[in-house]
Amino acid sequence: MSQASPQPRLRLEPWNDPASVPYIRLLEVSKSFAGQTAVDRVTLDIYKGEFFSLLGPSGCGKTTLLRMLAGFEQPERGRIEIDGADMSAVPPYRRPVNMMFQSYALFPHMSVAQNIAFGLKQDGIRKQEIATRVEEMLALVRMEGLGGRRPHQLSGGQRQRVALARALVKRPKLLLLDEPLAALDKRLREHTQFELVSIQERLGITFVIVTHDQEEAMTVSTRMAVMDQGRIRQLGVPAEVYEFPASRFVAEFVGDVNVFEGRVVRSERDGTLIHAPAAGTHVFIDRGHDVAEGAACAVAFRPEKLALALEPPAERAVNVIEGTVFDIGYLGDMSIYHVKAASGAMVRVALANRLRLVERPITWEDRVWISWAPGAGVVLLS
Amino acid sequence: MSARDGLSPFGVTALTLGFAFLYLPIVILVIFSFNESRLVTVWAGFSTRWYVALFQNQQIIDAAMVTLRVALLSSTIATILGTLAGLALARFARFRGRTLFTGMIYAPLVMPEVITGLSLLLLFVSLDWDRGYWTVTLAHATFSMAYVAVIVQSRLVGFDRSLEEAAMDLGAPPLKTFLVVTLPLIAPALLAGWLLAFTLSLDDLVIASFTSGPGATTLPMRIYSQVRLGVTPEINAISTILIAIVAVGVSLATLTQKRQLVRRRREEALARRA
Ligand SMILES: Nc1ncnc2c1ncn2[C@@H]1O[C@H](COP(=O)(O)OP(=O)(O)OP(=O)(O)O)[C@@H](O)[C@H]1O
Ligand SMILES: [Mg+2]
Repeated sequence: MSQASPQPRLRLEPWNDPASVPYIRLLEVSKSFAGQTAVDRVTLDIYKGEFFSLLGPSGCGKTTLLRMLAGFEQPERGRIEIDGADMSAVPPYRRPVNMMFQSYALFPHMSVAQNIAFGLKQDGIRKQEIATRVEEMLALVRMEGLGGRRPHQLSGGQRQRVALARALVKRPKLLLLDEPLAALDKRLREHTQFELVSIQERLGITFVIVTHDQEEAMTVSTRMAVMDQGRIRQLGVPAEVYEFPASRFVAEFVGDVNVFEGRVVRSERDGTLIHAPAAGTHVFIDRGHDVAEGAACAVAFRPEKLALALEPPAERAVNVIEGTVFDIGYLGDMSIYHVKAASGAMVRVALANRLRLVERPITWEDRVWISWAPGAGVVLLS
Repeated sequence: MSARDGLSPFGVTALTLGFAFLYLPIVILVIFSFNESRLVTVWAGFSTRWYVALFQNQQIIDAAMVTLRVALLSSTIATILGTLAGLALARFARFRGRTLFTGMIYAPLVMPEVITGLSLLLLFVSLDWDRGYWTVTLAHATFSMAYVAVIVQSRLVGFDRSLEEAAMDLGAPPLKTFLVVTLPLIAPALLAGWLLAFTLSLDDLVIASFTSGPGATTLPMRIYSQVRLGVTPEINAISTILIAIVAVGVSLATLTQKRQLVRRRREEALARRA
C-alpha cells in the first residue's frame, strides 16, 4: 500500500481488440480428481505479453489449472492451445512453457549455476553459451557470485530468485508462477513484485501467476480471473474487478466490503434506487440495471468510499446511515471505524489518518452519520 | 527427556546386560581366534598362527572367493531389480493388483529360508540347470531384492515429486529425469540396500546349501561342514575376519551418512546467518 503501483502497462488492450489473436486459449477445460471437480468448464483467453493472475480461495483449482498448462495434468474435457497449437498430446518437456514451483523445487544435489543451466543443457546448447546465459540470469536476479552455492546454503528469498532464474533462462513463451512470493515477508514480497513486473516487461514473456493474495493480484496484473470451486467467477482488469464486482463472492473476496440485502424500488437508464432495510435507508446508485421492480438484490460499498460525519448531511433522504461508533481499528495509515447502525447492522468505514493521531475528531460512542456519493456503491444481482 | 539426562542405574544395567547378551559370544569367538592352543576351550597364550594357517588353506580361500563373487554380483542384481520394484510400489498409486504385488514383494522377508531354498532348488531342477555359481547368485539376488525394494520404497515415500516435474518442465524426458534427478537423490538408499543385500548374501547358509553345486561351495557352507568335524581355531579366525569386514562396511556407510548430515547442518546454519 505504501508503494506506487508497478502495474505493467500494455499499450493496447488486446482483450478489447476483436482483431487480436489470443496467445493461450482454454476452451471448456474440466478436470476432476476421484469424482471431485477441481476445474469446471473454464474458458479463458490470455494474450501475448500479459501478466495474468489467477486469484481465488484455497482449493478452488488454481494450481490444477496451472498444472494443465504446464502439462502435468491432462484435462478430462476441453482443449488447451498455446500459440495456436493444440497441447493435448504434448508432454511437459516439449511445451514452450516453464514453471516456477510454489516450493521452488531446486535440485538439492546441484549448485545454483547447475540448477539454472539445467534447462539449457537439455536443449544441447554449447557449454560456452550456457555459461554466459547463466551469468546473465544470475545478474538479472542479482545473485552474482553465488553460482557455486548449493540451494540449502541460500536464504528463502535467494532460493526464490534462483527458481525464477531457472524458469526464465530458457526464454519460454509462457512463464507459470505458482504462488511465487508466498514464502516471503511483506517487504521482500512487495519488492519482488516490482522486480517481477520489470523483468516481465523487459523480456516480453507472458506471465500467468497464481496467488491467493488479492492485493498482490491487483498490484501486478494486467488482468485477473477470480476463481471459486473450479469456475471463473469474474475476469477483468484489476480496477474493474475491484470497482465493479459481478457477484457477492467476488466483492467479498477482492478487498473489504459492506454488503446489504435489499429490493429494487426503481431502475432507470441512469440510476437505480434500492430499499435496504438492513442499512435502514434507501440507496441510490448512478448506474442503470436491467432488473424488475421488487427484485431481490444486494448493494456493496467499499469502506474507503464512505464518509463519516458528526453532523447529519444537509437535506438528504437517501445514501445516509445513522449510527454510533462501536469500535476503531488503527492501522497506521488509516483507521477502520466500526459503526453500529440504528438497524443493528455493523458498517465498516475506512478513513485516512491525515494528521498525526493526538486526539480523534470522531471517537468511541459518538453519534455519527455515514454518507456516500451515488457512484460509491454497486448493485450485486448474484 | 533429553539425551543429556544421565542414565539411571537401571538403564546402565539394562544396557550392559543387553549388549553382553548380544556381543559376548562374538567377543569369545574373537578372543579364541588368537589362541595358541588347538583346543578351542583352553587358553594357551596369544598367537596369530591360525590366521597364517588360514591363508594356506586353499579350500577356505576358494570358498571365500566364491562367496565374494556371489555377494558382489547378487547384491548388484538385487539392487537393480529391487529399485524397480520399490519404484513401482511407491509411484504407481493405484494399479490393478497393487495389494497383491506389495504382499508378494514382502513375502520373502518372512518366508522361512528353507522353503525359499527348496522352491528355488525345485525350479532349477525342473529347468534342468546345472547347479553352481550362477544358481546361487540368482537365488541370493531373488531373496535379497525384497529388502532393497523395501528400503527404496521407504525413501521414495518422502520424495518431493515436484523436483521431477521441474526437470521435465525444463525439457528432460522421463528417463533422463530419472537418471539425473531421481537416481542421485535416492542413491544413499540404493547404497544402503546394496550393502544389506551384500551382507545377506555373505552370511547365507541355508539357501546356498539348496542351490549351490559342485565347485561353488560358499564360505558359510565350508565353515559349516568343517564345524561338523569339530570346531577349530581356524574357523574362529575366518569368522573374525568376516565380522571385521561386516563391521567396517556398516561403520563406513553410517559414517558417510552422518558426515553428510553434519556438513549440511553447518552449511544451513551459515546460510541463515548470512
Ligand atoms: N493430485 C490430486 N489428487 C486428488 N485431488 C486433488 C489433486 N490435486 C488437487 N486436488 C483437489 O482439487 C482441488 C483443487 O486443488 P488445487 O491444488 O488446484 O487448489 P488451489 O486453488 O491451488 O489451492 P491452494 O490455494 O490451497 O493452493 C482441491 O479440492 C484439491 O483437493
Ligand atoms: Mg495451489
